[in-house]
Amino acid sequence: MSDIQLVDAPAGVEGAGFFATTADKAIGLARSYSLWPLPFATSCCGIEFMATMSPHYDLARFGAERLSFSPRQADLLMVMGTISKKMGPVLRQVYLQMAEPRWVMAVGACASSGGIFDTYSVLQGIDEVIPVDVYVPGCPPRPEAIIDGFMDIQKLVQSETLRRRNEPQYQDLLASYGIQ
Amino acid sequence: MGKISNEDLLKRISDKFQDQVTVVGEPFGLLTLETGREQIIDVLTFLKEDPTLQFIFLTDITAIHYPEQENPIGVIYHLHSLVNNVRVRLKVFLPAGDVRIPTATVLWNGANWMERETYDFFGVVFDGHPDLRRILNVDDMEAFPMRKEYPLEDPNRVDKKDYFFGR
Repeated sequence: MSDIQLVDAPAGVEGAGFFATTADKAIGLARSYSLWPLPFATSCCGIEFMATMSPHYDLARFGAERLSFSPRQADLLMVMGTISKKMGPVLRQVYLQMAEPRWVMAVGACASSGGIFDTYSVLQGIDEVIPVDVYVPGCPPRPEAIIDGFMDIQKLVQSETLRRRNEPQYQDLLASYGIQ
Repeated sequence: MGKISNEDLLKRISDKFQDQVTVVGEPFGLLTLETGREQIIDVLTFLKEDPTLQFIFLTDITAIHYPEQENPIGVIYHLHSLVNNVRVRLKVFLPAGDVRIPTATVLWNGANWMERETYDFFGVVFDGHPDLRRILNVDDMEAFPMRKEYPLEDPNRVDKKDYFFGR
């Protein structure tokens, strides 16, 4: 028999025959274990991501085995690799095409800060064009690090309010990137 | 070895152009010549269409920047004679305020993208080019990044600031 583990129920009121919690927590739980990632892989971090998706590391354990290669259905944009300035507008377009709720993960030194490519042609971190939720360090990061970053995203998803896009803080953040 | 020696090649060129073409050197057996922008197209045409030489293949067009020179920007042509198995390199140096040279697209269509790249990185304007705009860098870039006066590093970089390292 395989050892099947279930997630713990969120905090709530429990009694005989009923369990009550807030919609925020229940939906956050459901969302966090069914994130559809959009892999935006441009270089070696993308190879590490392939290893992360493989059975050995198995990102499917976290409910993320369904990669969405269309931004329309994706929840999580995983940017892995060097983003040149010429690709900046493309990345931004992909982000704009994603529906709310959406999260962004910058995997590796290049996506986070430009990495070793301190040069005129490379974007010095994707946070110059789109907001980023989680940064994963490493050059490239090991699959464990990518999974760790993914679990941080899951924690974000569980702890955020249901309609993050309505928060003034979030709207200010998007407005600072000229997105609305 | 090529079917035409460098001496023979040089003799044919100097018979036609006399002192308009000067020899820079012969590093690694590659004959390197310098000429002016007034006759560069004539020289290229001669090399391409001469029935013996037949330098029909334009390997590359690029440029170089020597800021200390009187004519700092050099445009460099590499030609290859496939029939004779001989290569030749031509250099044209241009003054700083007037970086213009006639286009080689009249001879080779392949020069189109090479000249766009040279314009993109060095700001060399190729007169008569059908579509001279940036090819590799972002369209709204203002610098010509391979010129020495522009910094290599991106000014937006924050994690290499001195105060992170106690300097």
